[in-house]
Amino acid sequence: MNQAQTTTAPGPKTATEPGPAPSAEPLLSVTGLTVRFRMRAGRQVAAVTDVSFGLAPGECLALVGESGCGKSVLASALLGLLPGNARTDGSALLHARGGQPRLDLLTADEPTLARTVRGRRVGLVPQSPAGHLTPVRTVRAQLTETVRELRGLRGPELAAATVAAAERAAFPADHLDRYPHELSGGLAQRAATALALVGDAPVLLADEPTTGLDRALVDRTVDELRGHTADGRGLLIITHDLAAAERIADRVAVMYAGRLVELAPAARFFGTPGPRHPYARGLLEALPERAFTPIPGMPPELDALPAGCAFAPRCPRADERCATRPEPDDGLACHHPLVPAGTASEETHA
Amino acid sequence: MSAAGNTPGACDPPALRLSGITAGYERRSPVLRDVSLTVRKGEAVGLLGPSGCGKSTLARVAALLHRPWAGTVHLAGQPARGWRYRAPRAQRTFAGVVFQQPRTAADPRLTLHALIAEPLRATGRAVEATDRVGRLADAVGLGPELLTRRPHEVSDGQLQRACVARALVLDPGLLVCDEMTAMLDASTTAALVTVVEDYRARTGAALLAVGHDRTLLERWCDRTVEAAGLGAPDERSRTPRARETTPAGTPASGT
Ligand code: SF4
Repeated sequence: MNQAQTTTAPGPKTATEPGPAPSAEPLLSVTGLTVRFRMRAGRQVAAVTDVSFGLAPGECLALVGESGCGKSVLASALLGLLPGNARTDGSALLHARGGQPRLDLLTADEPTLARTVRGRRVGLVPQSPAGHLTPVRTVRAQLTETVRELRGLRGPELAAATVAAAERAAFPADHLDRYPHELSGGLAQRAATALALVGDAPVLLADEPTTGLDRALVDRTVDELRGHTADGRGLLIITHDLAAAERIADRVAVMYAGRLVELAPAARFFGTPGPRHPYARGLLEALPERAFTPIPGMPPELDALPAGCAFAPRCPRADERCATRPEPDDGLACHHPLVPAGTASEETHA
Repeated sequence: MSAAGNTPGACDPPALRLSGITAGYERRSPVLRDVSLTVRKGEAVGLLGPSGCGKSTLARVAALLHRPWAGTVHLAGQPARGWRYRAPRAQRTFAGVVFQQPRTAADPRLTLHALIAEPLRATGRAVEATDRVGRLADAVGLGPELLTRRPHEVSDGQLQRACVARALVLDPGLLVCDEMTAMLDASTTAALVTVVEDYRARTGAALLAVGHDRTLLERWCDRTVEAAGLGAPDERSRTPRARETTPAGTPASGT
């Protein structure tokens, strides 16, 4: 749907630096985001390393990768929900907007995050709505509480705003008095989305919002999420579902072993010339509608990353140069990117 | 779609024959009504349908994990003689099952090695564990170090690899994969399908793969059938439950 536009071969400059679209002031700028977990016996897990991207108003950015690649940790970091043994580096700036000051999500203290950020400036559409909703309370009760808390309404106004909040996420009003377990997967997801939208947060963060839903529901859920960017919200969707990403994303960020290896416009990534990073290419080619061939091996353990490119043990293009880690450049971290067909020059090998 | 039409050789009974299965959880609202399905020996059948259409229940009936209210189940030509732990051992172990959610399907206290070996232990064949687990772990790509970990120390993908190894450890004649890859990324999906297909090529085992992903099941299986056409709740047996769990506006046939 949003694929129709440009397929200019060398591609518009993709931003690895904050500030995605040159015209628009970004909502969120993540720079050099790094998360380490201290584990037993001195083990250290490098869950996220040096990740940079921006999110513009109205934009949908899909963060994709295998399970365990660090994408959900990244989401937790942006919400200030990391466990106590985590150490972060870099910054995740939520820009000043609507009277709210600029704020670094990584250094903000818990009271600030709880009072002014979660739900108000960053809305979370959770991975398992069933787990996110309180099982012993009806959807109406939970939505009412959230509306009261975030919007300060009382009485009949509150009741009306609750129904309106449900409506925004296309949650049927006649199901408001149900308990979460009485809802289908799709309706539970809408209830959770309704909760995420109450505070009118400019940034929506959807963490695997379609897990366990069937294809028709996945399509509808992501279309609805995408719809919420129409009024200038930014949507960061974290997913392992490439088809869902292709459906709604403007840009795709591919994560491998804690790092962003490719950040590209969705049309170029899913269409022609396709992914430039060998891992991204392998992931796409594994789809049943493509080659249906797995990438050999498994991702490295995040507490024992190799010194060079973390993908090298699985990469068909690896050579001795790959023993040195490729620095991200122009949205790509690879010494030997796949050169799109039709592009004249093969990049120079060392 | 029904058992009719499948006429396997008399000497080779179908791996699975479900006839007239009616099953459910709440009285008066069956999620399956009069469903019949045959999977021939060595055949791979994909069962397609949206969430809530009863296809997972059918998978559980086929694996003798859920007792139907009516109908018969034949495994390799033998009528099922019990359900769950009451099933005779040879029947209980005939089907290897992989579920969608590795976390809920795996005992969190066990190491991956113990998890894969569990069916061997349960059937008094623990002595074979070292050898068999080693071979299967190789096949699903789990290294020796990973085998010492517990479920919370591995990713969903790694845990599902262990669950597939566990499903294969008793050499099942039928594999039942219920949304096996719904939680997984594209590469892990392709890898686990390859493991299952390698096993089937080697042993001639049959497959019932249940899911909602048409592209995947059509690529994977010899044929696919629609759960809706099998006698899952339809106009004949429309129950409130059936309508509720079918998301409004979802085309009955999927995409
Ligand atoms: S840097 Fe080398 S090993 Fe890494 S993805 Fe590129 S070619 Fe492959």
